Amino acid sequence: MSQVTALRYPVWTGWREALRAEWTKLITAPGPAWLLAAVVGLTVTVGAAADGATRCPPGMTCSVDTVKLSLTGVQLGQAIVAILAVLPVCNEYSTGMIRLTLTAMPRRPMVLAAKASAVTGLVLVAAAFAVLGSLVAGVLILPGHGFSAARGFTELSLAYGLTQRAAVGSVLYLGLIAVLSMGIAAMVRDSAVTIGLALGLLYLFPVINSFVGNQTWHNRIARYSPTAGLNVQTTTGLHSLPIGPWGGLGVTALWAAAALLAGGLALRIRDA
Amino acid sequence: MNSGVITPRPPELRPDRVSFARSLLAEWVKFRTVRGWVIAMIIAVLVTVFLGIFAAGNVNIGCQNGPNGPVLTGKACVPNYPIGPGGEAVTDSYYFVRQQLAGNGSITVRVTSLTGLHGAGNAQAARQGPLAGMTKGVVPWAKGGLILTSGTKPGSAYAALMVTGGHGVRMEYDYTHDTAGLPGSVTATSPRWLRLTRSGDTIAGYDSADGRHWSLVGTAQLSGLPATAQAGMFATSPIYTVTTPGGIGTTSIQSGPSQATAVFDDVSLRGSWPTKTWTGNNVGKGPAAPGTGFGYFRRSGSAFTVSGSGDIAPLVAGPGAASPTSTFEQPLAGLFAGLIAIVVVAVMFFTAEYRRGLIRTTLAADPRRGRVLAAKAVVAAAVAFAAGLVAAILAISIGLPRQRNQGSYVLPVSTLTEVRVIVGAAAMVALVAVLAVAIGAMLRRSAAAVTVAIVVIVLPFLLAVTVLPASAGAWLLRLTPAAGFAIEQSIPSYPQATTVFSPAQGNYPLPPWVGFAVLCAWVIVALAGAYALLRRRDA
Repeated sequence: MSQVTALRYPVWTGWREALRAEWTKLITAPGPAWLLAAVVGLTVTVGAAADGATRCPPGMTCSVDTVKLSLTGVQLGQAIVAILAVLPVCNEYSTGMIRLTLTAMPRRPMVLAAKASAVTGLVLVAAAFAVLGSLVAGVLILPGHGFSAARGFTELSLAYGLTQRAAVGSVLYLGLIAVLSMGIAAMVRDSAVTIGLALGLLYLFPVINSFVGNQTWHNRIARYSPTAGLNVQTTTGLHSLPIGPWGGLGVTALWAAAALLAGGLALRIRDA
Repeated sequence: MNSGVITPRPPELRPDRVSFARSLLAEWVKFRTVRGWVIAMIIAVLVTVFLGIFAAGNVNIGCQNGPNGPVLTGKACVPNYPIGPGGEAVTDSYYFVRQQLAGNGSITVRVTSLTGLHGAGNAQAARQGPLAGMTKGVVPWAKGGLILTSGTKPGSAYAALMVTGGHGVRMEYDYTHDTAGLPGSVTATSPRWLRLTRSGDTIAGYDSADGRHWSLVGTAQLSGLPATAQAGMFATSPIYTVTTPGGIGTTSIQSGPSQATAVFDDVSLRGSWPTKTWTGNNVGKGPAAPGTGFGYFRRSGSAFTVSGSGDIAPLVAGPGAASPTSTFEQPLAGLFAGLIAIVVVAVMFFTAEYRRGLIRTTLAADPRRGRVLAAKAVVAAAVAFAAGLVAAILAISIGLPRQRNQGSYVLPVSTLTEVRVIVGAAAMVALVAVLAVAIGAMLRRSAAAVTVAIVVIVLPFLLAVTVLPASAGAWLLRLTPAAGFAIEQSIPSYPQATTVFSPAQGNYPLPPWVGFAVLCAWVIVALAGAYALLRRRDA
């Protein structure tokens, strides 16, 4: 009498191997390295350019949030992060590699989770350098342009709580944008369409919102769009924010989680 | 049959001429047979129209005539703004101390002071009375001086020479024209002499700092000026606005009415002034000009004190207007969304050739690489232009009536301007598509090319309206391809009109055609780069 026992493994079996596989794929391609450098370089450059273009002449009152101004580059950095996150997923499909990947690792949600972890880890490191670089550029440029702490502007020092929150929040925000983009990529598969959708989500809400006349809708869009997380960069006029700094980051996190879940589901129910 | 006879090939079949048409046809077939691209273009149109209507309309405007009047909504709240001689909506309200001037003549005065009061943007204080809670201070475009007008009906043709709160002596006529005279503000120790002369339909304005040496500030041709015009002294002061540009969308605006008081003496008249006595009245008070109606004049000896509120200027959108106004191009806000879809398709139109190696077949069939690039650019431009035109016409023809019904005053523009805005928007979409094709040809990778194209078009606008201070944002909209959005601006940015000049309110730092030319220049540079790379590189 023979008995067939179904082999049952815990769901996390093979996680370490999956993560290592995805990590190896990621760091052995030349693309991601260039893109990581671009995230840091462009974020700092744009931030420094924004600092350089802003002045507060003596005797004038300027309501400039110095921390937020220094972190302007995150607006461009997030686009590069989106490319960085989209390519590892979409390239699997354009090259047919996905079939090999799924043969080796048949647990599809785990593949996406491993990929997301590897990419987000790299993005967080790059984002930390980008944000630090931007703040250093602000420290070097802004006091000479009239934005000194003596005149009441937020100190760009990481010892200062609000600056700390803006810096840490911006790094986390960029990580969440990577997750969001990967979720969309797993659903859409084509890199051009994915990046169009991702950048549409990141840029369209604030642009369209600048035209929206209805105050209720204006606030709703500001609160619940994926870029609500950028509110974490604010250090002045906090009472007039449409959503609290951490709450905004929470909204971005919800968007990212929803996109990743939908991507995982799409990966699971569709043929590759 | 003419066997044995070699007939020369007719010139219209010469290969170089035929094959551009063939390349075009080939590229057009490639475009229309990819179902996803066609669907994406339709989505681009729908999204543009939907978002434009959503953003521009969807406003609930309520108003009340007097503190105890019934609350009105929508269309009933739109005041009847006067229309100036050039067909534009204007604000025309001031306090006027006048006499009739029959035929040619002149009036000369000395202005010894211009002072003012303005609100603190405190709505509660404003409700208690027009002058309650006001503080001392003259707003930059407070005006006091001489005016010669065809009548006291708001919107009349006029020419005026004035001192202002912060912009020196100005000569203005027919609302939209503005010329600077002597700089500096007027005080008792540095008064200004002003003279306005009429000779036929020509009005000339002269100013002087000492009453002896005069210089011509400007001349105005007023067509249809009656033989007997109204002339005299006036004072007016526009809505007081303070803007604090801040972070994301938090440009906070405080506004409230203001009042200006000008003191004149040494009034001398030349020519025929039949009425002999000065009469004073408020011109154009009412719901279109809040805070007006409390002007006055006092005479003591040879000195006149004239006080008024309002403005004599073109009406523009923004906080300077008495009630919500919008511009003709406002429903085009959704174009940003449509542009993203079109950029994706236009980039793929080139990069998809590299995906499966189709580019080798394409270049084998048509070895002139420049011609392939040109054919793709022409097809992308034509399709994008058609999509942009349909989207712009639909968005405006649905969006504007909706806005009017909701109680927003849509600033009137000439038919020529309307055509320029709609066709210009479509042409801008076409240029962006060509830019995307060229970027796709240069980078060959979809994701990078789509990102670059979107970032150069949308991000400058985003940064200009959200994070960056106004001056830095203006430079972005002058130098980047986003300058092309200026083609949509229907109401010029008049320096003498009090408002907040922001791209979100339809004010771009460059004139429409200059902004369009900047985008054209970028497209030419990108096409040249794509051509050079396409020729130099292996496919």
